[in-house]
Amino acid sequence: MQININNKNCCSEKPVIQLTAGEKLCKNHFNEYFENKVFKTIRQFDLLGKEENLGVAISGGKDSLTVLRLLNKLSKQNPKIKITAIAIDEGIAGYRDKTLATAQKFCDENNIKLNIFSYKDEFGLTLDEMLKILDVKPCSICGVFRRYLLNKKSIELKLTKLATGHNLDDECQSIMMNQMKNNIGASARLGPKVGVSDDGKFSQRIKPLYLCMEKEVTTYAFINGLLDNFNECPNVAHSFRAQVRDMLNGMEQKFAGTKYSIVNSFLETLPILKEKFKGEMAQACSKCGEPSANETCSACNYLERLKKSVMHQN
Amino acid sequence: MKKIKIAVFIDRENKNINAELNDDSSVSDLLKKLKINPVTVIVSRNSELILEDEKLNDKDKIKILSVISGG
Repeated sequence: MQININNKNCCSEKPVIQLTAGEKLCKNHFNEYFENKVFKTIRQFDLLGKEENLGVAISGGKDSLTVLRLLNKLSKQNPKIKITAIAIDEGIAGYRDKTLATAQKFCDENNIKLNIFSYKDEFGLTLDEMLKILDVKPCSICGVFRRYLLNKKSIELKLTKLATGHNLDDECQSIMMNQMKNNIGASARLGPKVGVSDDGKFSQRIKPLYLCMEKEVTTYAFINGLLDNFNECPNVAHSFRAQVRDMLNGMEQKFAGTKYSIVNSFLETLPILKEKFKGEMAQACSKCGEPSANETCSACNYLERLKKSVMHQN
Repeated sequence: MKKIKIAVFIDRENKNINAELNDDSSVSDLLKKLKINPVTVIVSRNSELILEDEKLNDKDKIKILSVISGG
């Protein structure tokens, strides 16, 4: 993407943000810019059809509440787009309970149905309990179970698509993490619209904030009253993702536009990756029937390890 | 050179601190002093967002809010 530096103010009002290209925008112009950017992303990548029973995965954080607010706006303009919210309670003491309370409050205020599904109800254990049993990286096991549950519940709720709050920074981190771990097959499952399947086993996921930087999302959340007290998952601080994130933020500070460049060049190669890895995740897990790259899915493999460890301890 | 004193709340650390800066200092100078990457935060004064080139005043109350997702 060509970035033309232009340090002008949008108008005489006080600016609230300086964009990567240099322009300073006031509150009203930024709101207009941000919302147009998200709606343009939806059109550009064909994220929504004319009629949708759309799920929005929310955590109570700024990204997912921003997506929910914007999709709720769209839904009010177009009654054929129906929305419902889904949240996952992993069971992380002192963290998820706070963000779920924020999510519930937002949904109540906006008349949006919120469906909460927990690891405890679905798998018999909270994440905190799982981590006492298995010596695994918290974000790995948590991510597997969260994706599994979101897909399963989206199918059960007959959702046509599931929108998530993933932003440009999240995508950029995932691209770089997959490069560094030589896991390019996982990058084939990235992009603004993923999980296309004809057999009804995959819930298609869409990312309306795909081209929005985290700073832009936070600014939008701040000026629209969506920013709650800062909450960070206790498991995330030392993760590989956190280190890649810090590295990318260092590069962005020195070379503005780095993150846009990474995502834009990735989008150029994505069709080739999708073609190369189109067979992956094509089979059903022999235990639960969910989509899997192997005979049994990662969620069932973790559940089996948990079961064996519990039996061994007893 | 005359100094100004700023009260700062850093939300990611849930911490209040006092910072002393030269009286022509900006938000950018404050972030440099605190070793905070400006890409990772937004900054507010009296509930209004301010940019990095904004000049700070003596006794300003500043909030530094993390843009990083919590997990």
